Amino acid sequence: MLGLLASILDGVLIGAVYGLAAMGITLIWGVMDVVNLTHGAMIVAGMFAAYVLVGAAGVPVYATLPIVLAGGFLVGVGLYWLSVHRVIGQPPLMSLLSTFAVNLVLVGLGTAVWGTDLFNVPASLPGFSLGRYTFPGTHLMAALLTGVIALALYFFLYRTRLGKAVRAVSNNREAAELVGIPTARVLALAFGLGVALASVAGMLIATMFPFTVLSGDAYQLKSFVVTVLGGLGNPTGALVAGIALGLVEGLTTPFVPVSWTLVIEFILFVVVLITVPGGLLTLFRRRRPA
Amino acid sequence: MNAKGGIKVGNKHYKVRFVEYDDQSQGGRVQQLYTRLILQDKSQFLFSPYSSGLVATAAVISEQYGKIMLIGGGAEGKTYELGNKYLFQCITPADQYLSGAIAELKEHNPHAKVAFVYSDDPFSKAVVAAAREQAKQAGFTEVLDESYPPSTTDFTAIINKIISSGADTFLGGGHYSDGATLARQLHDQKAGMKWVSILVAPDSEKFKTLGAAANGITVPSQWEPQVKYKPQFGPSIAEFTSEYTLKYKDLPDYHAASGYQVGLLLQHAIEQARSIEPDKVAAALNKIDATTFFGRTKFATDPGHHGLQIAHQMVLAQWQMKGGKLVKEMVWPDAARTASVVYPLP
Repeated sequence: MLGLLASILDGVLIGAVYGLAAMGITLIWGVMDVVNLTHGAMIVAGMFAAYVLVGAAGVPVYATLPIVLAGGFLVGVGLYWLSVHRVIGQPPLMSLLSTFAVNLVLVGLGTAVWGTDLFNVPASLPGFSLGRYTFPGTHLMAALLTGVIALALYFFLYRTRLGKAVRAVSNNREAAELVGIPTARVLALAFGLGVALASVAGMLIATMFPFTVLSGDAYQLKSFVVTVLGGLGNPTGALVAGIALGLVEGLTTPFVPVSWTLVIEFILFVVVLITVPGGLLTLFRRRRPA
Repeated sequence: MNAKGGIKVGNKHYKVRFVEYDDQSQGGRVQQLYTRLILQDKSQFLFSPYSSGLVATAAVISEQYGKIMLIGGGAEGKTYELGNKYLFQCITPADQYLSGAIAELKEHNPHAKVAFVYSDDPFSKAVVAAAREQAKQAGFTEVLDESYPPSTTDFTAIINKIISSGADTFLGGGHYSDGATLARQLHDQKAGMKWVSILVAPDSEKFKTLGAAANGITVPSQWEPQVKYKPQFGPSIAEFTSEYTLKYKDLPDYHAASGYQVGLLLQHAIEQARSIEPDKVAAALNKIDATTFFGRTKFATDPGHHGLQIAHQMVLAQWQMKGGKLVKEMVWPDAARTASVVYPLP
């Protein structure tokens, strides 16, 4: 029983970080209908930024977070103008190809510089134990910081003028332009935010697990699953879905072989796509009276 | 080699030309590239790709065109049971990877409770299939048998399962990133293992960047710079190690050594055959029973296992903390031992 509890708690902690990574994808999709295939590369960029800052510059591990966040944002804005701006409003395949091409370039550059060797960010924090089961401090801190970042994002989107502009563009770009919102700049801002979230998720993952230049694909795949479960374009849904996915992993792993976990996750993915395409949160929304 | 005039074949000297491609670890690309190597690049001899699955794919092409392929990175033994004539495995087969770990562990804990946790790929499955039997014969108890997809990045749930199983011994892993992640998470989650043997990953010098998580981890290795063989031809261990270190600014691991070994064996076989005809070179390889810097080499010649490596022996290495620094020591067999094994894990 204690084992199951530990497994569920661990799943929730890790799931929150998956949720953070997925918030980046879903924000970009929600605002500009672009599936960002540089997402995995940006997660890896966050990992390597943390590695370089800690290893070469001696920055304390968690002090790298604001640097990675700011760096990710600037890179994201740059990427928007480089590869996304011209394909906004074009058929979805255009943005897919464009971001995929940039992804290939980034992975190629990363491989040329770092090879496919393994890298590790030396992070260690005291955790806590539940019987024989230990919850590493790095996992707890990652989940805590994810919560803080999610709250900050929520505050930004719902309580600031700029955040409201992002939501306005997301709802109706033409109407937003008619009321004087500079949509191109808002789109660049949203893309920058999405990439910043992916980078920070990468930085937090790097504090928990070793990584290589090619680690991004697995996290990108996970992010897509979480995005669909949470509802495309819904950052809160992504966080909730990430935690839900972690919960599912935690609940199933003690009873079935681990190799089945992925199968179960994808079954859930297909079931949600068919039955609640708007995401899991739509199940809990109250219907308005007629 | 070319600077020395090339490979001497009778009165002729052949210059060596290498053609190489990045297979991106994808079976489909291996198939295309090995066909290209043979048909477009006119390669006369082939070296294998890395990993058992890709070797099995490449072997279909090399055999189809009757080209000799020397295997430096594919330990699974099934490929040699298919009647291939031109495949030659230069490393110890997968079924012996964990036999050293089991032999050494038996000395310290004859009643070990073992968790087998391994990547779901041909190599790792072959290693564990044999190790399961060897562990049973050693009197160990198997308390967990769990495979995971090779792309797994988080082992938290698996480690909770290991803890729940009551295991005190971990045997398994797969390749680089999964093996290193397992080591780190076993440490971070205080899994309480007394013995941990992980395939492949701990052999890399990069493994020590895991710090305390690397301390005490054992790894079966095809070769280490500390081994003590007396070569009959080719460079000495010291020569190979110093030349490699000079060129690549890093100590050679066993993959680097096996890469050199395949070239060395091919050169020797060509010289012995006094020909570059595939059948004559294959016959020379079939006759080899020799020791190089990499250890002893002999290939099975019976049709049921042709090309399987039957003489090369592995060593067991352990990362140990010495004066605040992690160093890799040989702990098995006695002939290669450079330090006593640390048991239980610090």
